[in-house]
Amino acid sequence: MIKFENVTKAYPDGTVAVDGLNLEAPTGKLTILVGPSGCGKTTSLRMINRLIEPTSGTIYLDDQPTSGMDAALLRRRIGYVIQHAGLFPHKTIVDNVATMPVLLGESRQKARIKALELIERVGLPASFAKRYPWQLSGGQQQRVGVARALASDPAFMLMDEPFSAVDPVVRGQLQDEFLRLQREIGKTIIMVTHDIDEALKLGDQVAVMRVGGKLAQMASPSELLTSPADEFVADFVGRDRGYRSLGFTKTAGAVAIGEEAVIQLGASADEARAKASGAWVLVVDGSRKPLGWAQPELVRGEVTREHLNLSGIPAVVSGTMRQLLDAALSSPSRRGVVVDENGELIGTVTATDVVKAIEAEPHLETAR
Amino acid sequence: MNFEWLGRQSDNIVFLLGWHVLLAVIPLILGLLIALPLGWWAHRSRRIYPLLVGVAGLLYTVPSLALFVLLPLVLGTKILDPLNIVAALTIYTVALLVRVVADALESVPEDTVQAAKAMGYRGYQSLLKVELPVGVPVISAGLRVAAVSNVSLVSVAALLGIPQLGSLFTQGFQLRFFTPIIAGIVLCVVLAMILDGLIILLNRWLTPWTPKVVAS
Repeated sequence: MIKFENVTKAYPDGTVAVDGLNLEAPTGKLTILVGPSGCGKTTSLRMINRLIEPTSGTIYLDDQPTSGMDAALLRRRIGYVIQHAGLFPHKTIVDNVATMPVLLGESRQKARIKALELIERVGLPASFAKRYPWQLSGGQQQRVGVARALASDPAFMLMDEPFSAVDPVVRGQLQDEFLRLQREIGKTIIMVTHDIDEALKLGDQVAVMRVGGKLAQMASPSELLTSPADEFVADFVGRDRGYRSLGFTKTAGAVAIGEEAVIQLGASADEARAKASGAWVLVVDGSRKPLGWAQPELVRGEVTREHLNLSGIPAVVSGTMRQLLDAALSSPSRRGVVVDENGELIGTVTATDVVKAIEAEPHLETAR
Repeated sequence: MNFEWLGRQSDNIVFLLGWHVLLAVIPLILGLLIALPLGWWAHRSRRIYPLLVGVAGLLYTVPSLALFVLLPLVLGTKILDPLNIVAALTIYTVALLVRVVADALESVPEDTVQAAKAMGYRGYQSLLKVELPVGVPVISAGLRVAAVSNVSLVSVAALLGIPQLGSLFTQGFQLRFFTPIIAGIVLCVVLAMILDGLIILLNRWLTPWTPKVVAS
């Protein structure tokens, strides 16, 4: 547990970065500090490992006040991940990861063995171990940054905009993998971000801060979307929060999935026409995995990959209402493709089906 | 070019070359050792930086011959003592390298320094294990300039009669005989190139981590 008790940070010029912050990050949970720039979220984070000293108030790690601890020893108990990874350019990847255990007195050899495991755990090949940071892409460096923070198996982790310096596709991957990792390791984490979508996606609880360093609301993501405490939070969470809250609503069999006739690549134009419903027909591969939609009237001879429209995003049946609705809206036929966990076709849904299900059960159980 | 004379004088030339190496290299090492803490101090404090770098720049403008003559008065050494040369060139090396060391530490990415601190490196550990190693390429670039500068400055000491390759110049001028002058120049250039090459090799050995730039 990390606890802020009346913590204030004021600078000599009178600026108040953090104002009387009270906050508790429960053990084993991911707490996110989010807010516009200048809200003091990064300052708050950096006060925990005393990169910045609070002006007044106390921060506790598992009920021990941090103010009395040796700062360097305190920092060695806390994993730390920053925006551009901040890897040591002169150390190999394996030695970067082994840094903290070596500082804590472990032998270099033992630390390297553990570091190798961690490198693979964050999704990098072991062959990267002997490379230097400049040889890695931004996303790969960020993975190393996470591995380095985990190396000494700390109970606490602080993450300062860990995924914001990489492109959106990589960011999504890193977030998903990090969620999976956190489910296994269950660290007590405080993460800072300015991206409300990231906060809602990753956080067990989200603390929204406002300019001037005050806590506006602390709640679970779905609660933040459905009952924001005031106008500032409502505004910050965003105008399309009704739609986004669907991201926390499991479909859980509430939506009727219709059957869809399918063809395979190589089917004749006649077969495509016969199977099509409306202007579009769904094309799957040999194991019923959806490949894309085709328009039979454009097909001369047989259906090939060139005929496929790939704009639809399939939804997994165990996913959320938001994914299901998005599948329907993104599909050229307006029929959203639904697949099982293995990616095999189950059927299709229309936006109307999804909306009906939402209207029928306004209080569907939330995902968390 | 009188090669017969060179052959007869080879023992003497090797002796002069040996002194030249000592008088150029010892100040280089001493100067670096002194410049490291001073550069660190300049890097640490915004107020000290312009002061130290300014004084260093001024020192470098003092003519070498004047320094060679003045130092015995300050140090209490004899005018012919090679120590004067060592002291003077050490001062020049420090003057060049204070700024270099400060800039080298400045060149370390802020993210890297912050990460070191956040991971629990104490100040001196971060300096010795992170900031200085990462600053090596900048320091060696400055060291190369200082090395070449020292090799050429040493020869001025010939005017005081301290033996090194510069003695070949004075000898040649007095005898109106060009062979020793040419030999002196060639050896100075070769020595400068060898020192330069050694520093490049040392830098390469200390920084296996820098991106390999393909020569264009």
